[in-house]
Amino acid sequence: MTDQTNPQETTPTARSPFSEALEMFLRNYAAVAGLAILILIALAAVFGPGLYGTDPFDMVWAPFSPPGADGFLLGTDYLGRDLMAALLHGARVSIVIGLAAAFMSVVIGVSIGALAGYYGGLIEEVLMRITEFFQVLPTLLFSMVIVALFGASLPMITFAIGIVSWTAVARITRSEFLRIRELEYVTASRASGASNGKLMFSVILPNALPPIIVQAALMVGSAILFEAGLSFLGLTDPNVVSWGQIIGSNRQYILDASYTVTIPGLAIFVTVLCISLVGDGLNDALNPKLRQR
Amino acid sequence: MNLARIILVRAAYAAGLLIAVLVLNFSMMHLAPGDVADTIAQSMGGADAEVMAQIRADYGLDRPFVVQLGSYVLRVLQFDLGYSFFYNESVSGLILSRLPATLLLVITAQILAIFIGVVLGVISARRPNGMSSHFVTLLALFGYSAPVFWTGILLLIAFSLKIPLFPVAGMVDVRIEGGFFVKAADIAHHMVLPVITLASIFIALYSRLSRATMMEVLGSDYVRTAKAKGLTTREIVYKHALKNALSPVITLAGLQLSAVVSGAVLVETVFSWPGLGTLAFQSIIARDTPTILGILFFSALVVIVGNLLTDLALRLVDPRLRGRA
Repeated sequence: MTDQTNPQETTPTARSPFSEALEMFLRNYAAVAGLAILILIALAAVFGPGLYGTDPFDMVWAPFSPPGADGFLLGTDYLGRDLMAALLHGARVSIVIGLAAAFMSVVIGVSIGALAGYYGGLIEEVLMRITEFFQVLPTLLFSMVIVALFGASLPMITFAIGIVSWTAVARITRSEFLRIRELEYVTASRASGASNGKLMFSVILPNALPPIIVQAALMVGSAILFEAGLSFLGLTDPNVVSWGQIIGSNRQYILDASYTVTIPGLAIFVTVLCISLVGDGLNDALNPKLRQR
Repeated sequence: MNLARIILVRAAYAAGLLIAVLVLNFSMMHLAPGDVADTIAQSMGGADAEVMAQIRADYGLDRPFVVQLGSYVLRVLQFDLGYSFFYNESVSGLILSRLPATLLLVITAQILAIFIGVVLGVISARRPNGMSSHFVTLLALFGYSAPVFWTGILLLIAFSLKIPLFPVAGMVDVRIEGGFFVKAADIAHHMVLPVITLASIFIALYSRLSRATMMEVLGSDYVRTAKAKGLTTREIVYKHALKNALSPVITLAGLQLSAVVSGAVLVETVFSWPGLGTLAFQSIIARDTPTILGILFFSALVVIVGNLLTDLALRLVDPRLRGRA
């Protein structure tokens, strides 16, 4: 063997961006722990109600039975309803609304931000003014008005949360598009005849995704908090249980049974905390340059 | 551009935003099922089609949408926000009577949050890997994740029910008689828990931001010069660096106005604080549409004016911004 070794052996093997990001993510223990707890919560939401069996609206026992007593793991509320059943059913509603509202605001935000950042000029001016308009509307009050006027169904609540939460995504998408559209590879594909739609969504968007994904993860958390706030105020579908609604309906009885308020609140807190830990981990994994700063 | 011209442009833009809010408000009222005639008919115990048509004609509900919108905007510009059939009072009177309580709560909470946030940020910026730094990171996570109404109820359970240090609800104790100072002390006593609860959302935000900007400022050349001149760390941090680290915090505080209003609704509801938030909650429960829309308009007005003031304050504080559009 000569000292002219095969160059492929000396250069580090090229790895896919995905496996590199995964490794970065796995190095963040807090994010991994957050993800693990989130998976457990999701499993509880999917299978819990079926396995547990009890209907959260059934009066099953004497009111204000403390957690652990009489065979009820988390006790009963002021009407003698099983708190554990309410928590499991509530998980479904809170998580589904959180995901759906975050999805809606990402779709709106990415569309508006992409159009504004790509076309610039008058289109950008108009779209960013609309974004600013939505930023000055007090979010919770606006959602309260929508739900109060148009009815408290789950789709309407999701809409009310999504319509006030997209502005941050729009701003991030726009600034990413402004930066990326000037890069050479975009000019190259424009020169080779790519259409505007193709440039926007299959040339620029994939490279703009990392900060959008991080923001989307955080949005799920804030949408869950938002839904909890609305249902705490009683703006929720009366036929379904959600975490905020358990707190809202039990808060007059904190003297007799503080656990009916502290436990569902803890569920919201832990879920949102884990989501933000995962968001931090995604941020480290997808934007490794930021980490070195 | 000179300052007067910039102020004028900003004010015109703010007026435009306000008109947009009004159009949105009116469209929602128009689209929603049920109208004023229904509300009146309900309070009369029902009415036949002829009476309904008469009411609609009296209130101009039979005119075209654009005409109705125009007269609505004109009325609101004269601060006539309509009449609340639930409270039997004009909406603007109702809002103005509840406004002082909300302003007191919100402004105190913001000042507290900015003060604590900046102090924590500065302390942790001086030791980026120390205990205080980790504390700020943890606090930021908790502040973001805990639902504010839950934080409020926890404080209520701990410090009003288990250890009865503070009152459970309201703003004044009607049984207390005395002069101005006695009453002020009573209100301050009632304020402690709501203010801490509302501030808890924002302390985390401000401490994280001021930590980041402070670290940046402390690494800059003029701080090194100040150090070389022989100034003490204390002088450098509080006389030189802090000034520059403050302006992003003010910007952020301005941007948070709409979040502050949202937080106030929940906190006021938890503590039965007699402000706009409680009014919003009660009028939602009572299906009192004019009041809830009036509050929405008025809060948007507060946010827009607040943004304008923040913008001006920044220009006064930061000479680099003066003269920029």
